[in-house]
Amino acid sequence: MNSQDPQVVSRRPGFLTRDALQKFFIVLSQLGYQILGPVVRDGAIQFDTLSTADQLPRGVSNDQQPGHYRLEQGDNQRQFDWNHGPQGLKPLCFSPREVLWTEQSKPPAFNPVPPSIEPTAVIGVRACDLAALAIQDRHFLSGSDPDPHYRQRRESLLLIGVDCARSAATCFCASTGDGPALDGGYDIGMAELDEGFLIWRESDKGRTVIDQLDLLPASDAQLETMLQSTTQASLAQQRSLPDSDELLLLYKRLEHVHWDNVAERCLSCGNCTAVCPTCFCYEASHEMSLDGETAQMIRQWDSCFSSTHSSMGQFQVRSTIKQRYRQWLTHKLAGWQSQQGRIGCIGCGRCITWCPVGIDLTAETVAVLEEGSLDV
Amino acid sequence: MFDPHVPHVAVIDQRVQESPTIFTLRLQYEDTRVQDAFEFDPGQFNMVTLFGIGEIAISIVNDPLDSHFFDHTIRVVGRVSEGMSKLQPGDHVGIRGPFGRGWPMEQIKGRDVLLITGGLGCAPLVSVIRYLMRRRDDYGRISILQGVKHADDLIWKEQYSVWSAERDVRVLLAADVATQSWQGQQGMVTELIAQLPLRPQRTVALLCGPELMMLAAVANLREKGVQDGDIWFSMERNMQCGIGQCGHCQIGPKTVCQDGPVFCYDELADFFGAKGF
Ligand SMILES: Cc1cc2nc3c(=O)[nH]c(=O)nc-3n(C[C@H](O)[C@H](O)[C@H](O)COP(=O)(O)OP(=O)(O)OC[C@H]3O[C@@H](n4cnc5c(N)ncnc54)[C@H](O)[C@@H]3O)c2cc1C
Ligand code: SF4
Ligand code: FES
Repeated sequence: MNSQDPQVVSRRPGFLTRDALQKFFIVLSQLGYQILGPVVRDGAIQFDTLSTADQLPRGVSNDQQPGHYRLEQGDNQRQFDWNHGPQGLKPLCFSPREVLWTEQSKPPAFNPVPPSIEPTAVIGVRACDLAALAIQDRHFLSGSDPDPHYRQRRESLLLIGVDCARSAATCFCASTGDGPALDGGYDIGMAELDEGFLIWRESDKGRTVIDQLDLLPASDAQLETMLQSTTQASLAQQRSLPDSDELLLLYKRLEHVHWDNVAERCLSCGNCTAVCPTCFCYEASHEMSLDGETAQMIRQWDSCFSSTHSSMGQFQVRSTIKQRYRQWLTHKLAGWQSQQGRIGCIGCGRCITWCPVGIDLTAETVAVLEEGSLDV
Repeated sequence: MFDPHVPHVAVIDQRVQESPTIFTLRLQYEDTRVQDAFEFDPGQFNMVTLFGIGEIAISIVNDPLDSHFFDHTIRVVGRVSEGMSKLQPGDHVGIRGPFGRGWPMEQIKGRDVLLITGGLGCAPLVSVIRYLMRRRDDYGRISILQGVKHADDLIWKEQYSVWSAERDVRVLLAADVATQSWQGQQGMVTELIAQLPLRPQRTVALLCGPELMMLAAVANLREKGVQDGDIWFSMERNMQCGIGQCGHCQIGPKTVCQDGPVFCYDELADFFGAKGF
């Protein structure tokens, strides 16, 4: 019976009615958290500050296809029926643009600029976003020089995850092993049902919050629905990636004709890297004040599709779109494996959805791995 | 918490104009504790900030035993380096570093060392030459092949004659464009490899300079019987951080700022010379 299911055993969820979600919000506020959650803005799901649970979208789901994203209004009451918008958690820890330090000329000095942060509860986090966050954590925090800005932002987060009860057509997290069910890396977990939520604590930080909610016991039927939803979401996925070992062969296909084929379609716009929750590239720029006495160093997201990314002044290492797309795909799916011990893709499919010309990394990867069409 | 992004202030102690476009800054950290803690290996580099303008990667050209100062020899190529050329003693720069993995000096003890540099890319190898001269007995024969575009580009002429007078040290110079007074050969530095009486099994080659030159040198060295695992080179890529974060300096799965800038040929064989990496 499902009460023996390992997921049920480890989660031991309680039930929260939909109306009681507001209580959850109040507890979070009382504990000093600002709440970030999904809102519909500019036709997409985006994270924004919320003061009440009523601000959550209702009955909103999404149609995602290569180069296509549309929200759809249903007549159900579900508040987490969408999959994901263009951004996951990346901007919350790795700021798109921030001042890292200022300098002054007289007397010469460099002054760190700590980020301004407050404890933040993020509600509606998906399994793929958490997998991506774990990758970014390793990138920014595990080396010999952990990033203080990233760390302070990261430590301020309380992550409230939600199982995906359905997948978008561009989702393939099942094949990368990163979803659609929550699997660690969050503080509080939720599974949405028609009548409300199953909710459980995953960390000690989460326990403090959950302990203040009057949860009802979850029924067997509700537990069954929780398990079934993610299984169905997983089975419904239409895309997949080959396994990691096979992806390493991308480095042996550097002259494959298919790179030219992609280059004919790719605009080198960088949308894929901007929405990718694991891409970490940034540029550092220096801005002088008008009086010339102070200056600041600004870090902002960069992309291997930008014209300056590989600049050597007189020339670019990657001057063609073909070379840039190849950098992106090989880094994401092969290079990351030796850098981090896993591929840099968590199967969210954002790069497919938000590509203006609908380039599909799962299809391009298979085409490049296909033998028989080697350029050499 | 230590912030690896924030430079330390260093003051320019001396400035030497080496050639019309190359200058050397002798630097000292303003904070003596930082200076005392500063240790580096030949081949490592610093990120050097010019106030309000930008930050560039520059090799450290000293011997690690020089502990009271450090030198950067900089060629004017663009915005930041040109701005730096205007700095005078008493002026300040920002320094972060040292970064990266330098030359395998311990590992190659006892071996013959062949140093090949081309263009003006000699800075990362100068520290090695100084290192070898100071520990002459620890290494076998030393050959220095230095190529320049124009004979007038050769800096440290006196140094080369001092070095060539040392026991078992051979210095060969080549200029694409020679002048009347030029003592070396006319042509490419890689052509000098053929003339060398190499002991391939004992030889370790350390390369630095334009990638095309290094590619040609690798081919010549392999022809001479030098093993891939005995060929090392220093690479340059766009760098925005120096600490393996910004992603700019990647070559395949490697970062030049952390895994390099010095690589063994074996480590980069799939990518060295592959356009776009
Ligand atoms: C590990 C390492 C060690 C180096 N050591 C030295 C040294 O000892 N002496 C020296 O003169 N130069 C050295 N360089 C090269 C030096 O970093 C560049 O000449 C410098 O970045 C040029 O900047 P610029 O603003 O003056 O030129 P611009 O042409 O205006 O450059 C614009 C930008 O392109 C990039 N860029 C241009 N050239 C290079 C390059 N060769 N390598 C990497 N990025 C580049 C930089 O981001 C630079 O800010 C080294 C480079 C690396 C990677
Ligand atoms: S190199 Fe490209 S694919 Fe890799 S992290 Fe940077 S932007 Fe993303
Ligand atoms: S310089 Fe930023 S990763 Fe190497």
